[in-house]
Amino acid sequence: MASSSSSHLPPSVFNPRRHVGVHAEHVSNVSNTEFPGHYPEEDHAWSLAKFKENLKMSVKRLSQRSVEFDLVGVDASIANAFRRIMIAEVPTIAIEDVFIFNNTSVIQDEILSHRLGLVPLNVDPRLFEFRPPGGLPTDRNTLVFKLNVKCERVKKASKDAPQIINQVVTTADLVWEPQGEQDTVFAVNPPAATNKDIVLAKLAPEQIIEMELHAVKGLAKEHAKWSAVATASYRLHPLVVLNPAKPVPPEHAEKFARCFSPGVVKIGPRGAVSIDERALRKETMSREVLRHKEFDGCVELKRVRDWFIFSVESEGPYTPESLLPEAIKVMRGKIASIRAAAEALLADSEDLGSGAAGSGPDVDGDVEMGGE
Amino acid sequence: MSSQQGNNNYGNGGYGGNPGQSFASGGPGRQEMSYLCADCGASNEIRPREPIRCRQCGHRIMYKKRTTRMVQFEAR
Repeated sequence: MASSSSSHLPPSVFNPRRHVGVHAEHVSNVSNTEFPGHYPEEDHAWSLAKFKENLKMSVKRLSQRSVEFDLVGVDASIANAFRRIMIAEVPTIAIEDVFIFNNTSVIQDEILSHRLGLVPLNVDPRLFEFRPPGGLPTDRNTLVFKLNVKCERVKKASKDAPQIINQVVTTADLVWEPQGEQDTVFAVNPPAATNKDIVLAKLAPEQIIEMELHAVKGLAKEHAKWSAVATASYRLHPLVVLNPAKPVPPEHAEKFARCFSPGVVKIGPRGAVSIDERALRKETMSREVLRHKEFDGCVELKRVRDWFIFSVESEGPYTPESLLPEAIKVMRGKIASIRAAAEALLADSEDLGSGAAGSGPDVDGDVEMGGE
Repeated sequence: MSSQQGNNNYGNGGYGGNPGQSFASGGPGRQEMSYLCADCGASNEIRPREPIRCRQCGHRIMYKKRTTRMVQFEAR
């Protein structure tokens, strides 16, 4: 990049083999070409050492409810697996059974039950077991809440105080009923909704809601109410490469800059145009620049194929930064079960041929990978 | 999906719930049935050999209250 005054991206980012081309009406070079046998005289066999060298991970922004982090040097299949696991396979606790004793509100039983199921609870799922289908509820797999609310006119209420109470039923009205040993387990952080301001129903005077709620552990692949994330997504790092052979006409520098997100294009003295690499990740890749004839051939829009910018929002008990480690735990569990199955298959075939048995996975399912 | 009390797993177990517990009054034995006035919404008791008439507004139409028997739903 001749045009960039100060480089903040590692030079390997400009390796054209890592680029996905973004054109006016199509994208190009979507797949990685660095696989064994593709480039003559090059070794692209998978090696742990090479993978370790290329793998980069850094947190770019962290708040109470969301995190943005970069995952560089992995294949899309791995990044996508983590995204999907975060969305659908990290367990949480959600209300599953609703026992309605009375509901005279205008919201129907079914709708109210559905709303209650979607309420995020602040309970650490690691303290719970899954309740098997048809299994009986125990204090290890079920949390009990009561929701007993009646809207009433207050007789002799002072002028400032509300004349009617309980007009709005919110998640703050959920009352946890400890069962068995739950009293001691949850003494520090009693189970409740993460957000106490979610409106569940609105009542008129004399209307009443009486119900008991059972919350269980589950996976979002069964129902989205168990999703550990509000959203988890990734995008590829944007890249704007100026063509040194055809500079942007200085008289059109302003127009050129307006084709990109604010801050991406810097205009130097006498209309010289350069790219601010720190601002590149904000680029929306609108492709506006490709619509103007005067910029034809001046610039290439690209994305880095193995640089994933993850954006994860948490709404449940997990802190946003703990969601990826949880997803990795789930992934390792899957790998361990595949390995066990493969070993069993191998042992079966060796029994037939009476060969020697291989070494099994160790206690936590760790798999020894090649390399050092 | 819902199921009425009696044909679910949790009905009257120690865990399920106690359908007798409610805000509405209802003692043992013969209990007075209370009905809601269709006009003003006041609660009225209807006794045998008495005209069906709201004591608050004189309206002659009454609604029966919802059952307090437990109904089970899945939160889905």
